[in-house]
Amino acid sequence: MESSKDNLRAPVSQKPHVIEKPKDTSGIGGMITVEINEKKITVPLGTTILEACNDNQIHIPTLCHHSDLCIAGVCRICVVEVEGMRTLQAACAFPITAPLKIKTSTPMVRKARRHILDLMLSEHYGECYSCFRNQNCELQALAKEYGVDEYTFGHVNTPRYEVDRSSASVIRDMNKCILCKRCVRTCIDLQEVGVLEAINRGHETHIGTFLDKPLADVICINCGQCINRCPTSALRANDPSDEIWAAIDDPTKHVVIQTAPSPRAGIGEEFGLEPGHSLTGEMNTALRRIGFDRVFDTNFTADLTIMEEGTELLNRLKKVIVDKDTTVKLPQFTSCSPGWVKFIEHFYPEYLDYLSTAKSPQQMFGAVIKTFYAQETGIDPKDIVSVALMPCSAKKFECNRPEMRDSGFKDVDYGLTTRELAKMIKEAGIYLPEMPKSHFDEPFGDASGAGLIFGATGGVMEAALRTVYELVTGREVPFTNLNIEPCRGFDGIKQASVLLENCKDEYSFLEGVEVKFIVAHGTANAKKVMELLRKGLLSDVHFVEIMACPGGCIGGGGQPIPTSEEIRKKRAEAIYAEDESLTLRKSHENPHVQYIYEKFLTEGPCSHKSHELLHTHYTKRGRFIA
Amino acid sequence: MLLLEKNSLTEEIEELVNLMGHERSSLLPILQALQRKHKYISDFAQQEIARLLDIHPVEVYSVISFYAFLHSEPHGRNIVRLCQTITCDMAGKDAVAKAIERELGITFGQTTKDKRITLEYANCLGMCDQGPAMIVNDRVYTHLTPEKAVNILNEIK
Repeated sequence: MESSKDNLRAPVSQKPHVIEKPKDTSGIGGMITVEINEKKITVPLGTTILEACNDNQIHIPTLCHHSDLCIAGVCRICVVEVEGMRTLQAACAFPITAPLKIKTSTPMVRKARRHILDLMLSEHYGECYSCFRNQNCELQALAKEYGVDEYTFGHVNTPRYEVDRSSASVIRDMNKCILCKRCVRTCIDLQEVGVLEAINRGHETHIGTFLDKPLADVICINCGQCINRCPTSALRANDPSDEIWAAIDDPTKHVVIQTAPSPRAGIGEEFGLEPGHSLTGEMNTALRRIGFDRVFDTNFTADLTIMEEGTELLNRLKKVIVDKDTTVKLPQFTSCSPGWVKFIEHFYPEYLDYLSTAKSPQQMFGAVIKTFYAQETGIDPKDIVSVALMPCSAKKFECNRPEMRDSGFKDVDYGLTTRELAKMIKEAGIYLPEMPKSHFDEPFGDASGAGLIFGATGGVMEAALRTVYELVTGREVPFTNLNIEPCRGFDGIKQASVLLENCKDEYSFLEGVEVKFIVAHGTANAKKVMELLRKGLLSDVHFVEIMACPGGCIGGGGQPIPTSEEIRKKRAEAIYAEDESLTLRKSHENPHVQYIYEKFLTEGPCSHKSHELLHTHYTKRGRFIA
Repeated sequence: MLLLEKNSLTEEIEELVNLMGHERSSLLPILQALQRKHKYISDFAQQEIARLLDIHPVEVYSVISFYAFLHSEPHGRNIVRLCQTITCDMAGKDAVAKAIERELGITFGQTTKDKRITLEYANCLGMCDQGPAMIVNDRVYTHLTPEKAVNILNEIK
């Protein structure tokens, strides 16, 4: 399947710069030799000047260019001199098709870049030390690189735009915007949600929503991918850390935190480590030192999700195959990703019945903490403050949904992102990589590797298959070392199947059924899957996993900045490696899950009580913006 | 908006889309046709266009906000635009502007109470040799004097 990067909806006339590279570079016209800074470099035809320079250790500054997005060429900071051209050319948008002579550092280039920077700074309101992107800002880094020591063209002293704080997840401060349009391309091309676009013209241009409405009133799915790609601090997540500090400092409150699998694979990057270092044990210690009373593992409720969602799938299959019930919908779609849930509520409200009713692991844990945990420990649930560490900005919206109060209280009080926790850890004077390791707290101390791999795209599917296959046949899934390879990898849409043979007696109706499943990540790919469903082409598929963010949760909108496919792959590798290192790798074998079904949810998965606490319903939102 | 009005607008946009084509590039002709007829493009119309062309509403809004001759807010039945660029300014635009404002009882950017006229400034109309110039709907008037301008306005229905 094509990747979402090629998924450009712009007409051909608007993308003249993309030249397809020849598949066979050995023939005539396959490779081309250019002279960059008097050094001869041979590259495939159609390579951009920027790519050619990056491959040859020539640094070219960029702002609007991002490896996940289509080429824009709007910021002009990457200009270079091409011999024979009257004007400077944007290196990111110039494909090499002739033996050119290129110079990347001439007086004209340096002066142009400096002017471009000065012009951007002249409209960039605010000071660096009161900015959350301080020292992680691409504009600031360039200003340093080019030795900006004064505002040549002046500087705005008063904010021009009101900060949009309407959304529970994403805050937009257009005073910091440099109009690189990365967020626009993320929203329209990468995610196909289409909330942001450039409004007005000339010096009045700003990035805005439909009719300049607040973000909470338009069809934003809160995925936060725009935050991850913003070069400045124009976009940021809604940070609850002050409230959490207040709860920690309040001795009457019992503050618990659940930590999702993806933040531990990404948080090291905030402390200068290379991507792909898991810091699970270190993070547990740091969280206790910060002052959290209990540290739990969201993977426990990921296991619980698998039990509920897997049982729901088996129930649906039984109703369709045995009872011939036509009201039951297949394929069943996963409901773990709050961005995806809001996406389907907006764009495909007529298909909400296909969505699993199981809550996401975060909300399941919230409900369990304020009921089961409160009961076990004898703590009044009104004194419990439940925090969720998530790689996700949409989780902040999810925990504020009005239906997420099944425990009688707000199930999860605050959603905290990886970046915000890293800030809290630094604030507490802790250098995370040097912390001693420690384990999660009881009574949810252990979780399976199946819950852990929820963080990467395909993980929910893999975890579900490990459990469902064994429930039905009594045997382990027929894949080496339990690694279901067809679920893994970063293809936009993955499709595979598993044959059910020699089933147990109670599941004899599934004998010989080939369970077909689809895994998609990024809502642009989700849209493709939904269009297939609309055309009736998914009638033989049973289970579909969809994650709103490219790469799954490890590429979530709350993860450390920057992001790229390479970084996401390394984070995924870290998660899969940790899964392999565990002995407990199947959700149904988790002793704590078995314990909760024995003690609390005594009627088993998908029973009346579990429906009350662990399942939810959805709202038909639609696309119309009133 | 009444449901009936909504449906008639949808029908109208569907007709336009069938006429101009379902491609993204049909957006501008569709917007221009709607602008000509309704003098503005309502938020409902914007979303219907987006739905029928399979683009996002914000993209339609972005295009409307880019072009000065497309509006997303209700306007009067007639739109009067006076050229504000330097040659017309030097040829006596200010006197004409004051006369128009006094005659209509509104300032630039406003619409008369009876929704007859919306008054706006425009940038260069290309009539620099014949200034001051003004454009009423699609028709250009040149060599304006305050008196001439007022007479033109009074003829507008």
